[in-house]
Amino acid sequence: MLNRQGRPSAPQAHGVSDPAAGMGDEAARLQGDASKAGGAAGSHPTFTGNKALAQIEPLIFEIGHTETTGVDLDEPDAFKPRLGGLERKDAIGLPGLSEPEAMRHYVRLSQMNYGIDTGLFPLGSCTMKHNARLNERMARLPGFSDVHPLQPVSTVKGALELMSELARYLVTLTNMTTVALSPKAGAHGELCGMMAIKAAIEARGEGKTRTVVLVPDSAHGTNPATAALIGFTVKPVPAREDGWVHVEDVKKLLGPDVAAIMLTNPNTCGLFENQVAEIAKAIHDAGAYFYCDGANFNAIVGKAKPGDLGVDAMHINLHKTFSTPHGGGGPGSGPVVLSARLAPYAPVPFVTVTDGGEPTLVEHEEDAAEKPFGRMTAFHGQMGMYVRALSYMLSHGSDGMKQASEDAVLNANYIRASLADLFSQPFGDKPCMHEVLFDDTWLKDTGVTTLDFAKAMIDEGYHPMTMYFPLVVHGAMLIEPTESESKASLDLFIATLRDLAMAAKKGDKDRFVGAPYHAPRRRLDETRAARTPVLKWTPPAPVAEAAE
Amino acid sequence: MRYLPLSDTDRGEMLARIGVKSVDDLFADIPKDKLLKNLIDLPRRKGEMEVERILSRMASRNVSASSVPFFVGAGAYKHHVPATVDHLIQRSEFLTSYTPYQPEIAQGTLQYLFEFQTQVAALTGMEVANASMYDGSTGTGEAVLMAHRVTKRRKAVLSGGLHPHYVDVVKTLSDMASDDVVTLAPDVSATEDLLAQIDDSVSCVVVQTPDVFGNVRDLKPIAEKTRQHGALLIAVFTEAVSLGLVQSPGSQGADIVVGEGQSIGNALNFGGPYVGLFAAKSKYIRQMPGRLCGETVDADGNRGFVLTLSTREQHIRRDKATSNICTNSGLCTLAFTIHMTLLGEAGLTRLARINHANAVKLADRLAGVKDVEVLNKTFFNEFTVKLAKPAADVVEQLAEKGVLGGVPVSRLLPGAGLDNLLLVASTEVNTDDDRAAFVAALKEVL
Repeated sequence: MLNRQGRPSAPQAHGVSDPAAGMGDEAARLQGDASKAGGAAGSHPTFTGNKALAQIEPLIFEIGHTETTGVDLDEPDAFKPRLGGLERKDAIGLPGLSEPEAMRHYVRLSQMNYGIDTGLFPLGSCTMKHNARLNERMARLPGFSDVHPLQPVSTVKGALELMSELARYLVTLTNMTTVALSPKAGAHGELCGMMAIKAAIEARGEGKTRTVVLVPDSAHGTNPATAALIGFTVKPVPAREDGWVHVEDVKKLLGPDVAAIMLTNPNTCGLFENQVAEIAKAIHDAGAYFYCDGANFNAIVGKAKPGDLGVDAMHINLHKTFSTPHGGGGPGSGPVVLSARLAPYAPVPFVTVTDGGEPTLVEHEEDAAEKPFGRMTAFHGQMGMYVRALSYMLSHGSDGMKQASEDAVLNANYIRASLADLFSQPFGDKPCMHEVLFDDTWLKDTGVTTLDFAKAMIDEGYHPMTMYFPLVVHGAMLIEPTESESKASLDLFIATLRDLAMAAKKGDKDRFVGAPYHAPRRRLDETRAARTPVLKWTPPAPVAEAAE
Repeated sequence: MRYLPLSDTDRGEMLARIGVKSVDDLFADIPKDKLLKNLIDLPRRKGEMEVERILSRMASRNVSASSVPFFVGAGAYKHHVPATVDHLIQRSEFLTSYTPYQPEIAQGTLQYLFEFQTQVAALTGMEVANASMYDGSTGTGEAVLMAHRVTKRRKAVLSGGLHPHYVDVVKTLSDMASDDVVTLAPDVSATEDLLAQIDDSVSCVVVQTPDVFGNVRDLKPIAEKTRQHGALLIAVFTEAVSLGLVQSPGSQGADIVVGEGQSIGNALNFGGPYVGLFAAKSKYIRQMPGRLCGETVDADGNRGFVLTLSTREQHIRRDKATSNICTNSGLCTLAFTIHMTLLGEAGLTRLARINHANAVKLADRLAGVKDVEVLNKTFFNEFTVKLAKPAADVVEQLAEKGVLGGVPVSRLLPGAGLDNLLLVASTEVNTDDDRAAFVAALKEVL
């Protein structure tokens, strides 16, 4: 704290003297936090608690002031307000920082984060592949980023052209009839697809009777949540010992009450559903629809087309398959491709192309030739993500996209083959798609859990794999290396996991149960966070009051 | 291909380790007749220069907001975003990170989410805020569902001042969920009788302020009546900057506040990505949708942050979850919070005063044009004018003269008989020259 203000730091062991004496209350409190972090580092605690490049950063509410601003604006000339007497009279309580202070605050925060650019990020089901900066540059062209969704259509011809070109790519890659671009993320795309299915069923007069949606136990949580959100009853399809959904299990559940199945393919166990064609046929024979969760489409782009497999609706996570950045949890983008049976129900707004003509924007249900089920969002969806995704597709081309799928699958299988002797595979030793699934059988009697193992990976400089998902596998570890990793990178990763595995089996529990030791934070108390939620900063109580 | 590190030698060695002859052996579960033998019929790979050429050509066919006098609003607003914001959100550690499920190596994301939640709660005058929704419209749909869970009633009343696209989003979601929606007629002059709609069957009343026609609405009487009937008041805004100058919805008694945060830190982007702000009274916290970030300590006792109360969420609760939302608007949230931190209270309130002052100046100038009538008694930075002919034609003609002059109401509400009404917005980016150009072009067109 103090050396930030230009004074020398005092590298003494805490408790020997009290360098914090005389500091303000706020500074002393921050100092308290810092000294503990320093102590944990072992024999060379620092006065500030910082560890060279690892800097402790207070909240903006602890360092900013409401009268400070980092934006120079001139006060307007005097004028008569037209707010009808509803002017704000109270203070808001928003601290500001000058520009250099703000820059340092957020740069320091960023240094506590792990990203794809930092290292291998094998988060299964999440597809953390390289984010090309060309795509960022393209999305920031003023002709895309500085265009309003409601300015005259005659002034946005290039935007409509881009949407129409993206749609052509998505429809061609999937062999589907059309695409609804507007959903804002994968789960929003699921909602869009299921709404189209519900609209189709109601159009057939079966809205009251077809109320059940089949969802395998291995599905993403968003699937059952989506179906339930619009009034469907969810019926689980039980898990099998081989990791596949079996057509006879589906057939047993089919009947006139079933509206759809929501099937992830490739599935969350990292396997391609080998009975998908039979399942699709059974679903269609029963008068139901096939919703495919396209989260794992990245494994099969250029290798197979969902439309050839009988899919009626599938969302595509542009932020996974086509590498628009995850950004610490969004923004995503979840266009939904639709079969001929569902295409008429695609929501507004959408772009259509008549033969040889310019793309046309259809914004209202009454302007549509077909029967849109409604509207998913205020405007045209995630334009910024459309640009990035198209930039990715143009760069890769049909050959590059196919190669990317093959390399992603090859990388995952290389890890599988290289760990198969130490780790346990829940469904036997067989090829996987773009991600490989292990369970925790191999950790039995070591006293080390999947969570402990993952936290030890953090100390080795890796982001952990997806843990405890899918739910059908005990202590699941789902590893997705993506096509962005070199062989050298994979070899070091494999060697690291092997070293950790042997340490766990040898009984070196300490390396795991206390991990991480070297991250910006040790393990965090999530129970405490949930029991007594503190969801915003509040000013500390005055010292006198706190002492009572 | 520049993005793919494996060489053919690597691939050969790796296949050997796996013990298969070709990569297609790994795709053996795909039915033989469905495995593609040829490349898909799309162009081959391209270098950076070529991609840049193609996309730049498309971009050049659009008229960007900064290149012309610009007065378009109706739910998305052109504001100046400091250079610092875009630099910081492109830092690798922010841009290429995931949802912070591993808090030990995601404190950067978690701390800014905690700061964001605190800022949004303060701005809206509410007790808690979540870590964002997709945008204001989808957030409004989620707010209605949340009110239904809280009140155990299933009827929403939507004000005629609510943005028509927001109305459509709520109606689509409610129709699909078989919930009731009462939509009041478009209310240009803010004179609708919302109070008459509120009784013991109503779950929530959804009111936008400033409304889509620009009117600043007094929420207090509505809050009073909803409270009496056990219903919730959902206050909506589409212009977050207005909260710097207008009384917060929380101080007027709103139960849930939801709105569009694009105005702060985020570009127009032709409609997305944006960032939905969502705040509520703390007693409703367990019915809230979306991610929440909370404070805790680590094993050494140091302060840290985690995602919390996830037992509300889809990955735990599956079909019993409060929402299906998973990803939200992480990077747009970051842009919002950085811009807000740069502004601070002093900067935000001044920015809001500049917006209001510019709109007042514009309204006064337009009121002096023959055949133009400014309809609003109150407004913040957007208002409605009545023209002597259809606004859609006028806007097209203005565009030909190089002025983007607003949104015709008929674009939002076709067939409502409001064809001569035009929504006009003015922010800090507008200069006296912009206003003069608008007035001159309008005189020629009318």
